Amino acid sequence: MPKMNMLQAINNALDIAMAEDEKVICFGEDVGFFGGVFRATSHLQEKYGRARCFNTPLVEQGIIGFANGLAAQGSVPVAEIQFADYIFPAFDQIVNETAKFRYRSGDLFNVGGLTIRAPYGGGISGGHYHSQSPEAYFAHTPGLKIVVPRNPYQAKGLLLSAIRDPDPVLFFEPKRLYRASTGEVPEEDYQLPIGEAEVTKEGADVTVLGWGAQLEVIDRAVELAEKEGISCEVIDLRSILPWDEGTVVESVLKTGRLVITHEAPLTGGFAGEIAATIQERCFLYLESPIARVTGLDTPFPLTLEKEYMPDHLKIFEAIKASVAY
Amino acid sequence: MTTTQDIHSPDFLAGDEFTIPTFRLLQQDGTLFEGGESPDLERDKARRIYRAMVFTRVLDERMMAAQRQGRLSFYMQCTGEEAAVIGATAALDDADMIMAQYREQGALAYRGFTFDEFMNQLFGNELDYGKGRQMPIHYGSRKLHYMTISSPLATQIPQATGYAYGQKLAGDGHCTTVFFGEGAASEGDFHAALNMAAVHKVPVIFFCRNNGYAISTPAVEQFAADGVAPRAFGYRMHVIRVDGNDILAVYQATREARRIAVEHHQPVLIEAMTYRLAAHSSSDDPSGYRSKKEEEAWREKDPILRMQRWLVGQGWWSEDEEKELQERLRREVLETMKRAEKRPPPSLDTLVTDVYADVTPALQRQLDHLKTHIRKYPDAYPRGARSLDPDVVAGDDAAVKGGE
Repeated sequence: MPKMNMLQAINNALDIAMAEDEKVICFGEDVGFFGGVFRATSHLQEKYGRARCFNTPLVEQGIIGFANGLAAQGSVPVAEIQFADYIFPAFDQIVNETAKFRYRSGDLFNVGGLTIRAPYGGGISGGHYHSQSPEAYFAHTPGLKIVVPRNPYQAKGLLLSAIRDPDPVLFFEPKRLYRASTGEVPEEDYQLPIGEAEVTKEGADVTVLGWGAQLEVIDRAVELAEKEGISCEVIDLRSILPWDEGTVVESVLKTGRLVITHEAPLTGGFAGEIAATIQERCFLYLESPIARVTGLDTPFPLTLEKEYMPDHLKIFEAIKASVAY
Repeated sequence: MTTTQDIHSPDFLAGDEFTIPTFRLLQQDGTLFEGGESPDLERDKARRIYRAMVFTRVLDERMMAAQRQGRLSFYMQCTGEEAAVIGATAALDDADMIMAQYREQGALAYRGFTFDEFMNQLFGNELDYGKGRQMPIHYGSRKLHYMTISSPLATQIPQATGYAYGQKLAGDGHCTTVFFGEGAASEGDFHAALNMAAVHKVPVIFFCRNNGYAISTPAVEQFAADGVAPRAFGYRMHVIRVDGNDILAVYQATREARRIAVEHHQPVLIEAMTYRLAAHSSSDDPSGYRSKKEEEAWREKDPILRMQRWLVGQGWWSEDEEKELQERLRREVLETMKRAEKRPPPSLDTLVTDVYADVTPALQRQLDHLKTHIRKYPDAYPRGARSLDPDVVAGDDAAVKGGE
């Protein structure tokens, strides 16, 4: 099996989707000849032509509005927003249009073919505007699906599912891991399910839950915890919308403890939604309060980024506190 | 309101009826075009402009090298666009507001931002006005009337319209100049800004640096029209296209634009035709999307060399002065960089200040919790630990700065 980094896996998924279905069209800022600023769309213009892989003018609201129209027409657009921090000019198109297209027309029209790809997350000295994790804004919008892969294998399988999914999908890619995360990825076509979490490690004492780049951080924290004799179960949520309540409930019924971590700020972060649901469904089984390890309730900083990040040591401390409660 | 006359056959217009000329005064050899007249620019001011251009070039060369050495996380050069930015700034009143995109460090250099001030921002140390919160090159200066840079593109353009409307109401005789690239002019914010400025008769100068590329995307893939300038007609606004590498033309065009803005409360669009000689940023490599030959052709049109030749022709500049200036700037840039690198980072408390005017109780709790955590693991957070207890962790902060 070939080894790929996350960018190569994403590029490979796009290649497969475009080869299989001529309705698949990739576009965004610098996406064409250059292959994107991170090179996720490398060589796609060369292979499939300028009509199916191209640069757009620099206008995010235009990119997603265009993509909505293209999807409504029956094409399968894969639109790239260069950084998730720059998705907000398109917020209206995504929240008021993409998410409601099917519902408001009584299913006369839909934009289910649409996939929006955007690199998200910190740890790259990107400051306010190259670091944010905006998933929670979109999680408040019924009609959208939100997917976040943790490694190259997951990225390829989940992206192929997103492109073929009958509903519009926001696909947030952890850019810190674009080149840092490598692993074996099958060359052939495969899909991984949207809406299903994955238990990446079984354990007995505490459930530790995250998505995307946080999984790597969780693994480091769990390594420290296990050295202290704490048995951890690790869950990659993979999909924020719809999210897999069943898998998380089952795990917490077993461990009685839950630590949730994300890079985005605490208040209004998706961990709050998970915590509320789990206390409803597992109340009598909880041995300690559900803990959240997140970014601070501040804009994303630069010089003090390391202090801001919900790193492995903060997660380790939360695991210990949960078990010792 | 529209003013229109009737026609009785379906004759479409495509805009090709208009061609927009380019205003030029100075040839590359430093002499004026025939028929061009030198603007009213006295010796001292011309020398101030030139020194700011060289200052900017030296700063950019040195800091890009520092980035390559891993001493700085990120950098962006103004190289090739110094005349556009500094010529426009020099034509303004020093108290006029400037809202820049991110490649306009020359405007600050002209207004007297010191090497120390540049370096403190670039290294995000305790003296950075922005408290180390933003990436390098996101400068701001209240005293120099330069709004702090924000990375999202074009957001500053409608803000400039609003700022200038306030200036008009205040009646202080000032205007706002907003800089942006031809790529950013594709954003919706650009169109909103121009329309509102024209409707509300706002003293704002929209200064477009058409430098040919938005990262890798060439202008021909950015718009089908003849540049950005024709859009002014759609909003009924004054417009001029100018050779952006021609310091005299930029200066004169902007001075006239300022007169229209301030005396007649009318917005003006200026499109300066120039070229981004360097990469988009330290994260970019232009060899993947444009040719060396193309770059060389533009290097021949270097705006600094062009102005130097003109100054020498005027008898206002000499080889000795050039040598002295270059040596002094190179020495100062190195000295100030070393100083800034060694300064401590902003205090840990700056993580939570300025989110609101006052720190909320919830944020204070988050900060207290973080401090407890850092005291437990001081080695994992050298900057935070140093801020909590400067005596315990007093090492050179440069050690944790490189390459992050």
